[in-house]
Amino acid sequence: MSLVGNNLLSVVTFLPALFALAIATLNKEAHGNARWFALWGTLATFGLSLLIWINFDPANPGFQFVEEAAWLGPIKYKMGVDGISMLFVILTTFLMPLCILASWESVQERVKEYMIAFLLLETLMIGVFCALDLVLFYLFFEGGLIPMFIIIGVWGGKRRVYASFKFFLYTLLGSVLMLIAMMAITMHAGTTDIPTLIEKANLPVAWQTWLWLAFFASFAVKMPMWPVHTWLPDAHVEAPTAGSVILAGILLKMGGYGFLRFSLPMFPVASVDLAPLVFTLSVVAIVYTSLVALAQEDVKKLIAYSSVAHMGYVTLGIFTFNQQGIDGAIFQMLSHGLVASALFLCVGVVYDRMHTRDIAAYGGLVERMPIYAVCFMIFTMANVGLPGTSGFVGEFLTLLGVFKVNTWVALFATTGVILSAVYALWLYRRMIFGVMDKPSLKAITDMGPREIVVMAPLVLLTLFFGVYPAPILDVTAQSVKKLVAQHEMAVKTQRSAALAGQQK
Amino acid sequence: MAVLQAYAPLLPEIIIVLGALALMIHGVFRPDTDVEASRIMWLALGVLVVAGVAVVQLGAPARLFGGAFIDDAFARFVKLLVLAGAGGAMVLAFDEMKAQGAFKFELPILLLFATAGMMVMVSAGDLMSLYVGLELQSLALYVVAAIRRDDAKSSEAGLKYFVLGALSSGMLLYGASLLYGFAGTTSFAGIATAASVAGAGQNLLLVFGLVFLMVGLAFKVSAVPFHMWTPDVYQGAPTPITAFLAAAPKVAAMALLVRLVMTALPGVQPQWQQIVVFLAIASMVVGALGAIGQTNIKRLMAYSSIANMGYALVPLAAGGAEGAQGVLIYMAIYIVMTLGAFGCILSMRREGGLVEDINELAGLAQTNLFLAFALAMFMFSLAGIPPLAGFFAKWFAFLPAVKAGLYWLAVIGVVASVIGAYYYLRIVKIMFFDDAKAPFMATRAKEGAIVALALVLVLGFVLPFVASPLVEAAGTAAASLK
Repeated sequence: MSLVGNNLLSVVTFLPALFALAIATLNKEAHGNARWFALWGTLATFGLSLLIWINFDPANPGFQFVEEAAWLGPIKYKMGVDGISMLFVILTTFLMPLCILASWESVQERVKEYMIAFLLLETLMIGVFCALDLVLFYLFFEGGLIPMFIIIGVWGGKRRVYASFKFFLYTLLGSVLMLIAMMAITMHAGTTDIPTLIEKANLPVAWQTWLWLAFFASFAVKMPMWPVHTWLPDAHVEAPTAGSVILAGILLKMGGYGFLRFSLPMFPVASVDLAPLVFTLSVVAIVYTSLVALAQEDVKKLIAYSSVAHMGYVTLGIFTFNQQGIDGAIFQMLSHGLVASALFLCVGVVYDRMHTRDIAAYGGLVERMPIYAVCFMIFTMANVGLPGTSGFVGEFLTLLGVFKVNTWVALFATTGVILSAVYALWLYRRMIFGVMDKPSLKAITDMGPREIVVMAPLVLLTLFFGVYPAPILDVTAQSVKKLVAQHEMAVKTQRSAALAGQQK
Repeated sequence: MAVLQAYAPLLPEIIIVLGALALMIHGVFRPDTDVEASRIMWLALGVLVVAGVAVVQLGAPARLFGGAFIDDAFARFVKLLVLAGAGGAMVLAFDEMKAQGAFKFELPILLLFATAGMMVMVSAGDLMSLYVGLELQSLALYVVAAIRRDDAKSSEAGLKYFVLGALSSGMLLYGASLLYGFAGTTSFAGIATAASVAGAGQNLLLVFGLVFLMVGLAFKVSAVPFHMWTPDVYQGAPTPITAFLAAAPKVAAMALLVRLVMTALPGVQPQWQQIVVFLAIASMVVGALGAIGQTNIKRLMAYSSIANMGYALVPLAAGGAEGAQGVLIYMAIYIVMTLGAFGCILSMRREGGLVEDINELAGLAQTNLFLAFALAMFMFSLAGIPPLAGFFAKWFAFLPAVKAGLYWLAVIGVVASVIGAYYYLRIVKIMFFDDAKAPFMATRAKEGAIVALALVLVLGFVLPFVASPLVEAAGTAAASLK
């Protein structure tokens, strides 16, 4: 047990990969076995990851469960989590079994490879949030492209090839610029150790802008922020349901996490200087993509655009540099991870029955699918940000933080809340209410037990965190507090140092 | 005995040359059959292994013949790479050459001579030994490229290779003569002394000599704009020979270039740095763009190797021990990826022989998952996607460039690598996303072994006990370069 205890993060990270190896040895035709292996693997990972949450000390703002081992000279294998990253690990392990269950029947071809790709993806995603070394982080961050490329390309819809290439090349272009910036950091600081870099990177102010922009290129694409969001609707539409869930639930969060882990602490001055840019792009994203969502005829595309709008709140919150804003941004990411995933799963439920994502092909579903209608209603409300759902807490905290910094930005951002109500409720009306006059829908069945099992935890958590957000906010509070304090200090000292340098 | 002791550092080269001569005599007196050729090939492989053991067992670093032959950690590291690359390509040659009816006993012997030439190249400390090594290698390879005498494409490849190779040798010799005119000596050390005088960078003899020498070597590593022969020769030569050409000679020529500019011309680094930066950028960009329209997998690999030479030149542009280390690590990983990829290409066989159109790979994931997976991993690795070996190659290649302040070179390089990723991804797409075509014949054991070995190395490079020794050895090798 102590072996697991001391290396808990590594065990949680690599357990899915082990199960992937196990599945690889299975018979090619053993589809059922591959499914069960994958399910047990992800469940075991989730169970173990709960140990992280249980043993996590929220009063400690630093990194916990730290593991370190020699790897490649100055590059270390170093893992650890703090209040900012820990919950993303849990979110990942929590969503994975749901993804496996959601693909139980919809994936019938090459099941073995599908499960292997998902399990490897899980390892890489958990690794992103645990890595405490620049190179290790990049390895996980970028490695995730390979399985996702395969998942979209093999099991996706009609335009899957186009979508998978766009996804891969877009994100790769952003990331390689970040790689060069990482090398520049390595060269200047002489280490790739993230905690050390956070504490005392002290990069020259003149460099910070360039480095910040290079990291921004990567995270903004991943986030995705307007105007580099165009890969997301394509990827979402073409990906299989579980792929969309992972994209919306986890992969998008890597951008926000990256801003918190790298941009703010390592380039504090540049972050402040360029915050207006982020604010502008975020507000445009919130208003513009909400309007775009309004015009969509494809359910998945609509939800994808709504994701871009919601991520706008996250970037706003992060770049307020105050406790409410950042707490709100993290909460918003986690809540969006639940809600957007759930919405894609909802789409998957009807897609599996009707094989179309056209909104016009549906209508009056409430008559035949009451349970589904309730679930969809809850998630629609959470997406709108109705008080009592988790969506409200994140948006409210973020807007509070933004309001303290810039009232105009807050004003425009708030219009997004109204717009999201417009498109989300209208979508709900078109699909669920109205007259069921389409003959193809007459025989549609309500959610089966497997689908209810997938939805139930998401419904419960969405409502639970809506009325009682403390479990999340308690975990993040200390780490965010430290981040904010450090950021203020760093901006002050580096600004005065730069000023002194000029006067000389 | 003392005389023999003095020549001990030459032992690996002596073993190869004597081995080749003995095998030639053996071959002449035996019937010209596949069985016999195969036996000689095995013996040639044995000679390479013995030479490899000899390299490892060498004593203290030494300089022979007034510094014309240098045996140091750098030379040993590269020699082991060359031997591994040559040996791997030889293993790939057995069955396919037999299938093409071109399995002559001269083939292994010529490959041995080429290998001996490469080993002299990497130990060269003098313009004379540089040229001797280079020509020994090149002459053997011209013949090998045209070994299918009855095949028009193979003959064309050999002829093209010869004509352009001779042209490049001429340029190289002209450059060497200019350098001799400048320094009054052909030894690298002597040139270094002469070139370290203040204002040497303005000397036209030196600058022109440097340019012509670099042009000659750029031909050999097929750096843009001296790359035109590469796609034609790669396509025309029998595939196992292409594998040989793509691996070991590139390493040797690159190592020669590194040693030349770093030991003979450190005084004029700004001058050669410009050339290297240009060659690197041009190769990366042309390699990436040129590959997009290719449908023949061998031509595609040719452009891929052009691009890869561009990446390998990036750390050289940075200079210094760290730059040399970056080149060595890149070339080591490049050899593994190349041989692995060619092992896969040699497994693309139907009844009528090898197929080379990449569209024939369609749906390979459904008919032969292992092969598809392996080729996909080599492609992702060549694109530099972590956690595969190719990512580390790029990391160690670009790091020195960033440290030397060559930010634009690094940025153009990574952007070119994204363009390059497109065509690597296209192969993955064809294998995994498209509908299956008729399956290939079963992979042959020797190809399978090379593919499996390369796959293990490409996937396992993340493990500390694989990566660390290589990185450290490359560091020691680079540090010995003086």
